[in-house]
Amino acid sequence: MCDCGNENNNVLLPQIGVITDIRRETPDVKTFRVVGRDGKKLFEHMPGQCAMVCIPGVSEAMFSITSSPTNKEYQEFSIKQCGSLTNVLHNLQVGDEVLVRGPYGNNFPVDTVLKGKDLLFIAGGIGLAPLRSVINYCIDKRDEYGTIDIVYGARSADDLVRLDEIKDVWMNVPGVNVHLTIDREQEGWDGHVGFVPNYVKELDLNVDKVALLCGPPIMIKFVLQGLKELGYTDEQVYTTLELRMKCGIGKCGRCNVGNKFVCKDGPVFRYDEIAATTGEF
Amino acid sequence: MFKITNDQMPKLLKAIAETKDLFLPINNNGVTNFGFYKEDCTPDLDTLRTVKSAKDAFFPQSEGLYAVTTEDGKFTISEEEYCNKDFVVFGVRPCDVRSFVVLDKVFLSDPVDTYYAARREHGIVVSLACHQPDESCFCATFDIDAAEPEADVAMWNIEGGYAWEAKTEKGQALTESIKALLEEADVAKEVETEKNCIRTILSVLPNSKLDVSAFGAGKTDDLFNSPMWTELSNACLGCGTCTFSCPTCQCYDIKDFNTGHGVSRYRCWDSCMYHDFTLCAHGTNRQTQMQRFRQRFMHKLVYFPDREGMFSCVGCGRCVDKCPQSLNIVKVIKRMGGNSNV
Repeated sequence: MCDCGNENNNVLLPQIGVITDIRRETPDVKTFRVVGRDGKKLFEHMPGQCAMVCIPGVSEAMFSITSSPTNKEYQEFSIKQCGSLTNVLHNLQVGDEVLVRGPYGNNFPVDTVLKGKDLLFIAGGIGLAPLRSVINYCIDKRDEYGTIDIVYGARSADDLVRLDEIKDVWMNVPGVNVHLTIDREQEGWDGHVGFVPNYVKELDLNVDKVALLCGPPIMIKFVLQGLKELGYTDEQVYTTLELRMKCGIGKCGRCNVGNKFVCKDGPVFRYDEIAATTGEF
Repeated sequence: MFKITNDQMPKLLKAIAETKDLFLPINNNGVTNFGFYKEDCTPDLDTLRTVKSAKDAFFPQSEGLYAVTTEDGKFTISEEEYCNKDFVVFGVRPCDVRSFVVLDKVFLSDPVDTYYAARREHGIVVSLACHQPDESCFCATFDIDAAEPEADVAMWNIEGGYAWEAKTEKGQALTESIKALLEEADVAKEVETEKNCIRTILSVLPNSKLDVSAFGAGKTDDLFNSPMWTELSNACLGCGTCTFSCPTCQCYDIKDFNTGHGVSRYRCWDSCMYHDFTLCAHGTNRQTQMQRFRQRFMHKLVYFPDREGMFSCVGCGRCVDKCPQSLNIVKVIKRMGGNSNV
């Protein structure tokens, strides 16, 4: 399976990943490109799945895989610097090694429910990371999906992740409409200003879509309210969740909410599945 | 069925330990816990309830998963060795035997935990019926029969010693290996008497069979927002004693230990009662002790039944004995079940 010799099929044993590229996206987000020592992709994944990234002696945590499975060369993780592990990760250099295990969890239903549908992506801040995998997947298989609307907001223009890709690629794909917004007025920004939930309502897009959300809990809460007002049902909305995890395989107990384990049953949930549980997300 | 006399028991333990690791209740300075047999240890098959459960046998309190060494910035990973030798867990009470079934649901479900699976494969469980259940016992609540152990080998206390019956192939093989020390005897009648005795005691104990009809699969909406959680959890210190003494609590952490020659990634028991259990960089989704307390009992009595079709409590009574604030699952079951007199 890998050069660490995992002949026991031990799901807790990581592979060795090598960082081949690091790009600074925003003041506190970097995107890390990772391959195996042999230069090949560590594993195959589906859009929305996650992996455990570990620096031995520091810690290990779950990160969404932001690259699309249609990329055959590498995996990418967009990581915000906000804790002990991510502080160390942000100090790594190209060529440094990390431990990676995965992929874990379910994925956005790109090959079933989403097929042929008009899609509405709504992301806030680093919440773009998991959705980027789906967006690029759908762009690479453009004729299999309907119109794609992307509403993406951040605190400021500097906090918009992958702005170059958004401008150079996404905005130039036929049938893909990108709607950017930032929270407050900023010099040099001539786009929309305002919070994501309000912007979604203002855009007044037609309701015959599947919505895919990811962002801070407060954004999710108000976007959901907004979508409901627009006429969306819980069954039309997918989101991806994040809780503390240690094992990634539904055993360590940390990400248990109601009768679900976010790592194993999620991280992608249709909204009615979450609404039916305890509200502890 | 066989008989082993009290005189022969030390020889039997020694004989087992000659070829296999033997994990059994040992009295150490007045405290009885499961531990590995040594020539000079004091086995204790009389104490009803070891302080910690028998789960260490298959899910140790801490265990190495793999080690990482670094040379010139390059990692080398070496997986910890798996259990590869048969061992015997001796004198396990029927409730603890059931706890292994609960743990199996967690660790042997897809994807299989290979460390646990290796131990399960090599472990031989010898269970001892509960000669004298006490007032903390409530195993019958979960349809566990303290008189009828369901392990590889079942033992009962009888006059002058123990009755021994192999129940599985593993149990038969173990029996064969120590046959010289066992006495073939017609003890069926004595065992029957012992079973009746145990069941009679259980029938008069106050908590032995609680009404759990308020709990089980699909009860989340009925129970989650109950105002009783606040009242029941008010005194909880969040010390985690209940989770560490519990035979079915399976939550764990994975941590790093710097060995001086590299990093050992090990796992150890953790507790959903701790305030940092779910703490992320962005905060925690269970901010109050009430929420953490509720999680523990909802998991055992509702979420686990939802997923696995069985309760994740075996009624061993350890949390009843050990909680410094006298909070426990018995009170939760009674109170949420409508009994306000607890």
